[in-house]
Formats: sequence, structure tokens, C-alpha cells
Amino acid sequence: MPITRDEVAHLARLSRIALSDAELDHLAPQLDQIITAVAQVQEVAAEGIPPTSHATGLTNVFRDDEPVPCLTPEEALAQAPAVEQQRFKVPRILGED
Amino acid sequence: MELTRMTAAELSAALADGQVSATEVTQAHLDRIAAVDDRVHAFLHIAADSALAQAADVDKRRATGEQLAPLAGVPVAVKDVFTTFGMPTTCGSRILDGWHPPYDATITQRLKQAGAVILGKTNMDEFAMGSSTENSAFGPSHNPWDLDKVPGGSSGGSAAAVAAYEAPLAIGTDTGGSIRQPAAVCGIVGTKPTYGGSSRYGVVAFASSLDTPGPFGRTVLDAALLHEAISGHDPMDSTSIDAPVPPVVAAAREADVSGMRIGVVTELSGDGYQPGVLSRFAEAVEVLESLGAKVTEVSCPHFKYALPAYYLIAPSEASSNLARFDAMRYGLRVGDDGTRDAEEVMALTREVGFGAEVKRRIILGTYALSSGYYDAYYGKAQQVRTLIIRDFDAAFGQVDVLVSPATPTTAFGIGERADDPMAMYLADLCTIPSDLAGNAAISVPCGLAAEDGLPVGLQVMAPALADDRLYRVAAAAEAAFTDRWGQPLLASAKG
Repeated sequence: MPITRDEVAHLARLSRIALSDAELDHLAPQLDQIITAVAQVQEVAAEGIPPTSHATGLTNVFRDDEPVPCLTPEEALAQAPAVEQQRFKVPRILGED
Repeated sequence: MELTRMTAAELSAALADGQVSATEVTQAHLDRIAAVDDRVHAFLHIAADSALAQAADVDKRRATGEQLAPLAGVPVAVKDVFTTFGMPTTCGSRILDGWHPPYDATITQRLKQAGAVILGKTNMDEFAMGSSTENSAFGPSHNPWDLDKVPGGSSGGSAAAVAAYEAPLAIGTDTGGSIRQPAAVCGIVGTKPTYGGSSRYGVVAFASSLDTPGPFGRTVLDAALLHEAISGHDPMDSTSIDAPVPPVVAAAREADVSGMRIGVVTELSGDGYQPGVLSRFAEAVEVLESLGAKVTEVSCPHFKYALPAYYLIAPSEASSNLARFDAMRYGLRVGDDGTRDAEEVMALTREVGFGAEVKRRIILGTYALSSGYYDAYYGKAQQVRTLIIRDFDAAFGQVDVLVSPATPTTAFGIGERADDPMAMYLADLCTIPSDLAGNAAISVPCGLAAEDGLPVGLQVMAPALADDRLYRVAAAAEAAFTDRWGQPLLASAKG
């Protein structure tokens, strides 16, 4: 068994997903099955084979640094869940003390 | 003249000749959507007002004698993964329900500049993760050949819209097969262009090293017309290739395979493939041979590891990309009652806002990238990716294109694989290698499987930036098959 229910719960916390117990019960065996299947990549003799992160081979691509019109503050904030004083209003990020 | 039955090429000619107006063409398609989409559910958003306004603008410009692009006045349906100013963009997810992006994707812009009329946004598996549209938060689309079957995915809404004559053209994205697999099971044409050949700017990211926008059409020429209209370098996408667009429309018109070297991939057949799919594929290979192509068998020994490598690479990239849905700047926010901190609100929002498959993939990707497992999973998958590219390089040293079935089976039933992730993943068995290698591939209809009467797709794969070869081969096969059948395949669909 490559992955346990506790490990899935830990990964969900790292992923910032508040999984319910019922979902954990359902997801853990599925993930175990998937990870067992994808572990097949370990059969491949890949000693000395360089990794590919993407296929184009392009590196350090920049576009010309030209000023163009940008969103107004109103446009940028129009889809925000909460706004205050022309800013994104978010829940507190620090503890009380 | 039934406008919704015409191809994009026919509509383009009729519009240019003044036989029909863009407004009439658009209204005919909106009427068709109104008549059938409650059964097909191809669309998440129908943009009737803006479509008619766009059509009126095309008609006005044409009346002044302005030279317009080939697709001016031709309707197109757009997958709901592309940002569209003035229309919602949900990506099939609750977390983006009601989001109105403040900008257009490059492809949306190019469609508008070409005068193509955007009918609306099509249904998809949430964040393009899936092969059936059953992972859409807004309910599945239905296959026009049999409404109890899936239309494939993730671009299933786009494929269903074209197959049901709701639109002559549609745009999708292909990350592991999300254009070719739905095209195959809906009996239409779908292309994954060379990675970097079509812009990702404004495409909500799933797996950035794989995501590739591309066209759907009912004919090879139609797909080529849309391919050409959306392609080309975009400075807003750092992975966009600065090279001329391959001559896809000319190749579709030439439709000549005489002397071409075509390789049949040994590893993309055998166990797990439906007999009716394999026999239609074998017949397609014979047809290409009879048209003068030189057919050989080619082995790509690492292709059997493409599926496992993909299900490590794509979820890894997704786990990083989807971190942006944090409930702070846009989209859903849940549980912000003043007592909870930002992290708790984030976790509650993502719990409610994401569906099961998205959660599975985020967790899988987080696992594959975590310290201790990185080398054994993500690192190894990246090495397998290199080996798959080498298999392609060796194969394309011997042949001009490779062919295989586009999917191992025809359309499966709605609900049949919904809670069996590994069974669902197998739908992309044949399409994943080209995504990992970043080359070009197409699916073109090659008949109906004997056992269920459902469409089968022939996949053609070509080296990066040789997209024109796809259209040359697919158009030749299409012409030969249409002669044989006496009509296009789709004409035999019941609906």
C-alpha cells in the first residue's frame, strides 16, 4: 500500500483542501490505486537520461517592455469576493497575539 | 439551403458571395441551439446578444466593401476554459461560477479579429480534467450519436456542439487528448496543434507544459481554416513558438498522400482495444495504402509508459497551477464569517469549490512533488518524457507521419466510469504520447464500430511544426471514406 489514509489527510492539508472524513475514506483507496499504477514509470531504465520539463526547448523568453493600458482599480477589483477602500479585503492572516 | 448543415468553408463562400448574411447564419445556429441544447447540453453559456451584434458588425463591414477574413460571419463555439470579456468563464467549476474575466484570451481576440461569431461557451470537465464532461460542476454533455453516451472530454461540449450542428466550428484545448478523444467519439475532426503553435494566454491553466488550444470541425478543411485563424506567435505566451504557421489549409485542399511514408505504431493496439475500433483502424490503413502511401510498422517501446508518466506530470503541474484559486482576489469565497483566518477560508473554499477529480489530481500532484517522493515519481516521469520524445524522433527518422486509433474504445455510457478514475484515464491511452512530446496530432472519423454503431477516430501524428502533414493525410482519408460511404459519417447519426 503506497499511500495511507493519514498521508492523504496530510497532503490535503498541504493542498489547503478541507476534506471531510467521508471524502477521505473514498479518496484514499482511489489514490492508492492510482499511485500503484503510475509507479510503473519506475520500471524504466532511465539512468543518465535527462529530464524533460517541456518540449519546445525555449529558455528565458522575454517580450519587449512596452507600456500598455492596464486595468483600472475598479476593473481589477470588480470580481473580488470583498473590497474595502479600493483594496482586496481578505480574512486575517495572523493570529491574535 | 439549411444553414446549420453547411460546413464552415461553404458558409464562408456563401457569406462572401452575399448569398446569406452573417446575421441569418448566426440566427440559424442560435435557433438550432434553442431546439436541441436542452438534450445535448453542449453549452454553459449562450451569448445570443453579443453573437448577433458581432454578426451585424460583419454584415455592415462587408456592405462597405471591406475585405474580410475567411471566417468572418462564421459561428464558433468556445470552450469555457478561454477567458472572454463580457461573458462568464467557469472552467466547469463551482469555484469560478459567475466569474467575468476582465480580459480576452489571445485566441478569443483572434477569433473576434477574424470576424468569427462567438455563439457561447461550451461545457467541459472541471479545469479540463477528465474524458467525459462528467466532471463538469454543471452536469454532463451528451453525445449526439447516443444521448446516453459521453461526448468525451475534456472538450466534450465543443465536440458535441459541432456534432449536433449547433456550431460549424469550435475551439477546445488538448492536454492529454482533450480535443482528439471527444472528436473521435463524436465522429468529427479535432486537432492538437504543435505545442506552442497556439497561444495559452488567457487559457485557465491546467498543465502548462502540455495545454494546447486547437480546432474542431465537421470536415478536415474546416478544422484547418480554424487552425490557421487561431495560430501564430504570441508575445504574451512565453512558450509560444516564433515560427510561421504551417500551411494547414493548403495541405487540406491538396489531400494527397502518394509517396508519403506512414508508420503504424505497434504499441498502440492489442489488449484493451475494442475489436470494432481495431478493424476500422486496419481498414483506414488499407485506404491510405490504396491512395499511394507507403505503410510500415514502427515500434515506440516507451509509449506504454506514457500514461503513467502523464498522470504524474499533469497532476504535478495542476497542483501548482490551481493554487491560484485561493478565495482572495476573485472567484468563490466560503466561510469568511469574521472568525476564521485566511488559511481556513482557503481550505473551506477549495473543499466546496472543487469537484472530486480536481481534488484527486491536486493531492496526487502534491504527493508526486513532495520531498522524498520527487525523484521516484515526478523526476522519473520527466525522464520517461525524454524517452518518449526519443521514440518519436527515431520513428520520424523513418516515416513522415504515425497513425493509430484515436481512442481504445468508442463512446462509453454516462456514469459507466464516473467513479473509476483508472478506467477513465485509459480513454487517453493513444493521445497522451503526442502531448508529452509536444508534437502535432489529429483525429479524423474512419467509420462506425460494428458492435455498437458508434464513431471511431483515426489518429495521425506528425513532428512539431509539421502540422500540415496531419491535414494532408486526414483530408485524403476523409475523401476516400466519403466516397465509400456515399455521405459524410455524421449524416448517419440519428439525432
